Amino acid sequence: MALEKPYLDIPGTTIFDADQARKGYWLNQFCMSLMKPENRARFKANERAYLDEWPMTEEQKQAVLDRDLNRCIAHGGNIYFLAKIGATDGKSFQQMAGSMTGMTEQEYRDMMLHGGRPIEGNRYIGEKK
Amino acid sequence: MARVTASVYTSHVPAIGAAMDLGKTHEPYWQPLFAGYEPSRAWMKANTPDVIFLVYNDHANAFSLDIVPTFAIGCAETFAIADEGWGPRPVPAVRGHPELAAHIAQSVIQDDFDLTIVNRMDVDHGLTVPLSLLFGKVDAWPCRVIPFPVNVVLYPVPSGRRCFQLGRALRKAIASFDAPLKVQVWGTGGMSHQLQGPRAGLINREFDMAFLDQLIADPEALSRKPHIEYVREAGSEGIELVMWLIARGAMSDSPPRVVHRFYHVPASNTAVGHLVLENT
Repeated sequence: MALEKPYLDIPGTTIFDADQARKGYWLNQFCMSLMKPENRARFKANERAYLDEWPMTEEQKQAVLDRDLNRCIAHGGNIYFLAKIGATDGKSFQQMAGSMTGMTEQEYRDMMLHGGRPIEGNRYIGEKK
Repeated sequence: MARVTASVYTSHVPAIGAAMDLGKTHEPYWQPLFAGYEPSRAWMKANTPDVIFLVYNDHANAFSLDIVPTFAIGCAETFAIADEGWGPRPVPAVRGHPELAAHIAQSVIQDDFDLTIVNRMDVDHGLTVPLSLLFGKVDAWPCRVIPFPVNVVLYPVPSGRRCFQLGRALRKAIASFDAPLKVQVWGTGGMSHQLQGPRAGLINREFDMAFLDQLIADPEALSRKPHIEYVREAGSEGIELVMWLIARGAMSDSPPRVVHRFYHVPASNTAVGHLVLENT
């Protein structure tokens, strides 16, 4: 029996469940390795070579190289693991989160200062705003 | 005997820790947030407990995808500060209370909650940001801390109901510890926020307000709120709020005294909620 997933109709949201975790195991473990300063330095020195040490899929590696967090998540990444890449780049959580929304950094920051993204229109896929 | 004197609830946004570490607390962006914690800091000075049982979640720092415990209890003498990728926060190491932790583990496990015993663990912003918010910049934390990480990252996460019942078992465990300790139970994380995907930045003030009201007045009913409601209404990371129910469950059945209540948007991506409840 497949896992019950009542959350699939929430727009713009990927829940990190067992299926995602299985897909993203090595991607996320690669991210964990960036908790060590020596690994951060090796990754920065040659990203491709460092990624090739991990049994990740080519799509996962390319998504990391492109810093495309939405694609990283689609391929099984979880934001708390992916945050280690952002930390290695010196990025804040706000910059990381904003990068997934199609907004500029300033637009996202301004949205948050004005109370954040409203819930109206954002509960269900296809919901009228 | 030991007793639960109060419970404290707060968001644990990493940027709050960074603002303190980098001396930005008086900047216009941060000033209103830190002002909102001033009454609690004053209260805490007069009501410092012997031990804090601190419920939080690890953010892929102590636990990789290799092992993901649903409920874990830190039983070590000390806990080092995790390097989450930016370097460890410049805050003191955390001193545990191994005797009380072992007692709680024994009592709660025999009460049918299968805790994972952790004897070595680094603690991340989920634990250190609440301590910084309530104690400020210090050379040493003024009391012992038992870290209690809950998995709210990899689904399925525990239900609100399970968390509330665990709080009840925790209350019983603390009350049967044979030393006159004052214990506070802290529930951290939340409130509404989403850190991922095109819906990132979601804030739901109405949900948060109703959650705070119900947490104070009718936590038992609140504990029946299903996961999907947290995720849909409060964002994918808003699910952290189930952890607040552990702390609330550890309080007595009589209505608590609300010492302080505060709500502020934003801290980075997140709605910050904060409550201090005293047992009466």
